[in-house]
Amino acid sequence: MASASAFTFKRPSVIPGFGITLGFALFYLSLIVLIPLSSTFLKSTELGWDGFWQTVTHPRVVASYRVSFGASLAAAAVNLFAGLLVAWVLVRYRFPGKRLIDALVDLPFALPTAVAGISLTALYAGNGWIGQYLEPLGLKVAFTPVGITVALIFIGLPFVVRSVQPVLQELEPELEEAAASLGASRFTTFRRVILPSLMPALLTGFALAFARGLGEYGSVIFIAGNMPMISEITPLLIITKLEQYDYAGATAIAVAMLLISFVLLLLINLLQWWSRKRHTE
Amino acid sequence: MSSKHSLVLTEAPWLRVVLITLTLTFVALFLLLPLAAVITEALRNGVEAYWEAIVEPDALAAIRLTLTAAAIAVPLNLVFGVCAAWAIAKHDFRGKNLLVTLIDLPFAVSPVISGLIYVLMFGMQGWLGPWLAEHDIKIVFAVPGIVLATIFVTFPFVARELIPVMQEQGTEEEEAALTLGANGWQTFWRVTLPNIKWGLLYGVILCNARAMGEFGAVSVVSGHIRGQTNTLPLHVEILYNEYNFVAAFATASLLALLALVTLAVKSFVEWRAAQQAAAARNAEPPASVGSLA
Repeated sequence: MASASAFTFKRPSVIPGFGITLGFALFYLSLIVLIPLSSTFLKSTELGWDGFWQTVTHPRVVASYRVSFGASLAAAAVNLFAGLLVAWVLVRYRFPGKRLIDALVDLPFALPTAVAGISLTALYAGNGWIGQYLEPLGLKVAFTPVGITVALIFIGLPFVVRSVQPVLQELEPELEEAAASLGASRFTTFRRVILPSLMPALLTGFALAFARGLGEYGSVIFIAGNMPMISEITPLLIITKLEQYDYAGATAIAVAMLLISFVLLLLINLLQWWSRKRHTE
Repeated sequence: MSSKHSLVLTEAPWLRVVLITLTLTFVALFLLLPLAAVITEALRNGVEAYWEAIVEPDALAAIRLTLTAAAIAVPLNLVFGVCAAWAIAKHDFRGKNLLVTLIDLPFAVSPVISGLIYVLMFGMQGWLGPWLAEHDIKIVFAVPGIVLATIFVTFPFVARELIPVMQEQGTEEEEAALTLGANGWQTFWRVTLPNIKWGLLYGVILCNARAMGEFGAVSVVSGHIRGQTNTLPLHVEILYNEYNFVAAFATASLLALLALVTLAVKSFVEWRAAQQAAAARNAEPPASVGSLA
C-alpha cells in the first residue's frame, strides 16, 4: 500500500497492509495501555517527592511489602521444585491419567481467581477438608501469611511447569548417554548435565511466578485474613486507600509497585533471551 | 518420546514410582481438591438451593454483564492481535522488539492497578472526570469502566499467541499469493488465516476465560451495584462476604465450569495444532532439512 512507503524506518516488502495494521495497533495500544499507565505516573507527582516517599514508606505499607514479597518468594520457591517435578514426570514417564494431569496444570490460568480464593479458603479453614487435619498440629493456614503462600503456590504452578516442559522435551538424549557411558550415576547426570540446561527455563518460571504473586489479588484476599501489619498484601492496601478516597496515596503505592513490576519484566526478558541463546547454541 | 530415551537413561523403577506418586499427590492436593470443594460446597443444601442461587435475578444480571463485557473485549482484542501480529511478523521495522514488550505490559501490572488507572483517568478526581460529569457520561463505576478494565487485562492474549505462529510461517506463501494476483484481503483470508487458525483460537479461548473471570481490575472500577455493575466473580465475592456460602459456591461453580470447558477446548486445539504441524512436516521434508541447516 502507498502509505507503507511513507515509513522510512521499515524494510521494503511486497506484503500490504503495514501502515494500517501498525497504525491501528499503535492507536489501540496507546489508548488502552500507554496513556492510562503514564497518566498514573503523572498523577503521582501531585503528591510531591516528600508526600510520595512518606506514603510508600509508611510502616503499614512497608509491612505489606514484607507480606507480599515474602509470600511470593516462598510460593515461587515451592513452585520451583514442584514445577520441575511435575514437568519431569509429564515429559519423561508414562502413567495412566497423564494427559489429564497435563491439561489440569493450566487450571490456575483458567480458573477465575475469586473462585480459587473462596475454594482454597474453604479447604484450609479450621473445619475444611485439609484445615481440620492441620489445625490440631498447630498449623493454621487460612487467615495467616501461610494461607497467602498456599494461594500463590496454586496461582504460580503453571508458570514453572510450562517454562520447563518444552526445554525438557527438546533436551538431546545424547548428552545424557555420553554422561552415562562415562560412568556418571543417574543423579550426577541430572545434577551436572540436565539441571544446568534447565536453569534458564527454571529461573524464568520462578520469576514469572514471583511477579504474578506480587500483584495477585483475587485468590489471596479471601484466604489472607487481611490483618494490617500481619497478613495485608500491597494490592489490598491500594484498594483500601481508594475506598477512603485517598487517590493520591493509592496512586503512590501503585507507582511503587509498577516500578518493581517493570524491573521484574526486564529481568524476565533477559532470562528468556539467555534461555533462547543457550537453547540455540 | 519413550523411544528417545533408552532404558539405561531412566531412573530406577522405585524412584519413578516415588516421583509419579509425589506428582499425583501434589496435583490432587493443589488442583483437584479446590475444584472438588467448589462443587461440594455448591451442592451442600441440595440441587434445589443450587438452582435457586443461579436463577436469582441478581445472578442472572451478573451473568448478562459478564457475557456483555467479554463480547466487547474479546473481539476488540482479537482485531488488535491480528493487526499487531501482521505488522510485527510479516514486516521488518525499527522498534519492533520494544513494541512486543509494550504489548506484554498489561501482564506485568497487578489487576488492582489495571483498574486504578481508569479510575485516575475517568473518575471524579481524574483527568477527564469533571468534563465527563458535565456531559453526564459515566465510565467509572459503570459498565464502560468494567469493559475497559476487561480489555486491559486481556489485551496481550491474542497478539502474543499469534506473533510467534505468524513469524514461524514466514512470508513466502503470502508473497506467492500476491504474485499470483491476489489482493491483500484475499491473501489474508485464503493464505494466512488457514495457517494461523489454531493459534488464533487458542488466544481467543484464553482471552475469553480471563475476560469472564477477571476479579481485581473489575472490582476497582465496578462500584458494586447489585444487578447493575456486578459481574459473576464480583457476585461471588458479595455472596461470600454475606456468609451466603451455598449461593457463592453455586455461582462460583459456573465459573469453574467455564474453566473446565476452556481447558478441554485448549487441549483439543493443542492436539489439532500438533497434528497440523506433523502433517506439514511430512508434506515437505526439504523444508525441515533446510531449517536445520
